[in-house]
Amino acid sequence: MFNQSSSLRVFLTVLAVMLASFSASTQAAERDYISIVGSSTVYPFATVVAERFGTSTQYKAPIIESTGSGGGLKLFCAGIGVSHPDVTNASRRIKQSEIDKCAENGINDIVEIKIGYDGIVLANSTSAKRMSLSRRDVFLALAKNIPNPDGSESLIQNPHITWKDVNSELPDIAIRVLGPPPTSGTRDAFAELALEAGCKTFDWLKAMRKTDKSQYKAICHGVREDGAWVEAGENDNLIVQKLNADPESLGVFGFSFLDQNSDLVQGSVIDGVEPEFENIANGSYKISRPLYFYVKTAHVDLIPGIKEYITEFTSDRAWGEDGYLVDKGMIPMSDEERNQFKTAGMELTTVRLASD
Amino acid sequence: MTSRIEVTSSGSHWDTAAFKRRLRRRRAAEKRFKWYGIGAVLLGIFFVLMLFFSIAINGVGAFWQTQIQLDIYFDPTEISEANLYSANYGKLVKQAMYSQFPEVTKRKEKRQLSRMVSVGSDVMLQNLVTADPSIVGTTRSLWFPIDDSFDMLYKNDFGRNSNKGGAGLISKNQLGWFDTLVEQGKIESRFNKRYFTAGDSREPELAGLRGALMGSFFTILVTLAISFPVGVAAACYLEEFAPRNKFTDFIEININNLAAVPSVVFGLLGLAVFINFFGLPRSVPLVGGLVLSLMTIPTIIIAGRAALRAVPPSIREGALALGASKTQTVIQEVVPLAMPGMLTGTIIGIAQALGETAPLLMIGMVAFIVDVPGGPLDPSTVLPVQIFLWADSPERAFLEKTSGAILILLAFLIAMNIVAVIMRRRFERRW
Repeated sequence: MFNQSSSLRVFLTVLAVMLASFSASTQAAERDYISIVGSSTVYPFATVVAERFGTSTQYKAPIIESTGSGGGLKLFCAGIGVSHPDVTNASRRIKQSEIDKCAENGINDIVEIKIGYDGIVLANSTSAKRMSLSRRDVFLALAKNIPNPDGSESLIQNPHITWKDVNSELPDIAIRVLGPPPTSGTRDAFAELALEAGCKTFDWLKAMRKTDKSQYKAICHGVREDGAWVEAGENDNLIVQKLNADPESLGVFGFSFLDQNSDLVQGSVIDGVEPEFENIANGSYKISRPLYFYVKTAHVDLIPGIKEYITEFTSDRAWGEDGYLVDKGMIPMSDEERNQFKTAGMELTTVRLASD
Repeated sequence: MTSRIEVTSSGSHWDTAAFKRRLRRRRAAEKRFKWYGIGAVLLGIFFVLMLFFSIAINGVGAFWQTQIQLDIYFDPTEISEANLYSANYGKLVKQAMYSQFPEVTKRKEKRQLSRMVSVGSDVMLQNLVTADPSIVGTTRSLWFPIDDSFDMLYKNDFGRNSNKGGAGLISKNQLGWFDTLVEQGKIESRFNKRYFTAGDSREPELAGLRGALMGSFFTILVTLAISFPVGVAAACYLEEFAPRNKFTDFIEININNLAAVPSVVFGLLGLAVFINFFGLPRSVPLVGGLVLSLMTIPTIIIAGRAALRAVPPSIREGALALGASKTQTVIQEVVPLAMPGMLTGTIIGIAQALGETAPLLMIGMVAFIVDVPGGPLDPSTVLPVQIFLWADSPERAFLEKTSGAILILLAFLIAMNIVAVIMRRRFERRW
């Protein structure tokens, strides 16, 4: 038999003691580490900085959660105090509505630091031929509704089956593009930078932007639902593996994954420019977006190490042209921009959006 | 009617061709049915084996790390009493690397050369010196982890044959140096101790599971400390004391419902109650354990009640007849006899909690955390979360780390389930 009541009693006593010790230590509400939330695109870069910061200073390494840009700003703007995050990462600029939300909760001073760029690539397996596309091709291949080819100002449902249908110079293979789901920042950026840019090449659609903005957005950002565009989940590694298994399909993901897997996949040429480091850095490769992080000024005196974290992030050994972030696939800014945002970070300049 | 009588009268009713056909068909159906069953079992086994093998094949590499042997001269001009913590240890590693290839002089090539050693090497030297300052002034031959792309190169010829050379991450020069070092026997695959002693890192060669293991340990401890007493007490009350009426039926239905609620819902509840209302910190095992115990309690109650119900009434009646009170009967006689069944239920519930990620997402335990937690109030992740985070990392070398972590998690789950089976076998009593 089970050695009954004695072992049971010992077991219960141990549990009771543990419970008591936990409840006694719950009082500590201080936080001695930086709490960071935000974009999953910035996450691979911010985590490297956090780790270096933790090993090279006397401060603890910051805790970083990957919540997406929008989710991060929502948490960030929820209030001031140790239970709220100190820093949020974003793969797009903060919106006025978010600044207002922050202000409602007493957060008036937010420091904006741009850290670099991230390219979005359309890649296929290295065993297939490299594609050369224009953004107009991308739009015509992937948009749900496209302008009527007869030239009239009306829309038809996207009839294209192969890339050759889109543009006679392209190969005769079926259109199949694996990409991130709508919740992803990469998808937003792809819709804006690739699809919308292709959409704008039609003058009457461009003119619609002024007259009917929501209709314009629906046309230019709407993606096919007939199987040509495949939602492949947030995991970019998975997309790379799928591309390798199916050389006829293309995938949409961040440049850092192309960088790490360039023996398996190759980036398509967009508007005549290859997705390479230099081309993204100098802006000639068009599908790229800036990355930011935002700091709550009110927390600088509350949580130890925030200023030092900014110093580490904006140091040349991190975001410089030979820095460790570049090794991880981030595209650095020009010297001028780096100086500008380094100063903003050091002086804790509050962000102001130009009214455009 | 007449024909039937004729058949019976003309001999055996069981001798006709029609009957034999029917019999054959029935036997064939029986055999077919048996094979369907065997087929289903075989298919299941095949998938399980495939899963295990594919993970094991990918994962064993994680337990070995390619390392490079370097002779480090602890230069007293660089390190002194005053700057033990701030000396330029990286320089010592670089110099040792340069001395391997004196012909390399160009700045760019030197940089490529020094990047072959892991970036964590300087911290390793710093730890050595601060632990024992007397080694300053001596030369030691030490093994350092090599950068992850070279680790992949050594293990599976990572991109060596592609025109870009190592996925474009390894230059032709570096490939040449690497081959020379391998020929000299300075590069070896050695047991990856860091994998079990270090916290998380963004450098695959430095990343370890200790943070996640400790996080899981504290989380499960909290879960156990809360769910076991509460679960057992609830089971005892409902089975032994509660009257049978509509109210207790209602409670019973809701406990069964609770056991079927998707786990992410508990995460939302935890966020609203423990973090927003009680103001407990984010990302800590205490909150994780509280959330997971909400999930485990129904499992323990259901298993506990089944175990109590299996204790025959004669035990209770005997105790009561000898003058024991109701409480004495339950605590001294019934619960000890039901304990093996209750503990089995607890272990299964805890094993389930060990593999959860979804509820922890809401309470901030899905995060990049370097420091190994020292208690249930230090921020930490758990094992399945670590697997999730590594699977999402761009560096190729994290693939094997992920599979290695899955192997460890599976080993824990199998061990816990085996303990549950053994306990059931050994202590279960049949009446």
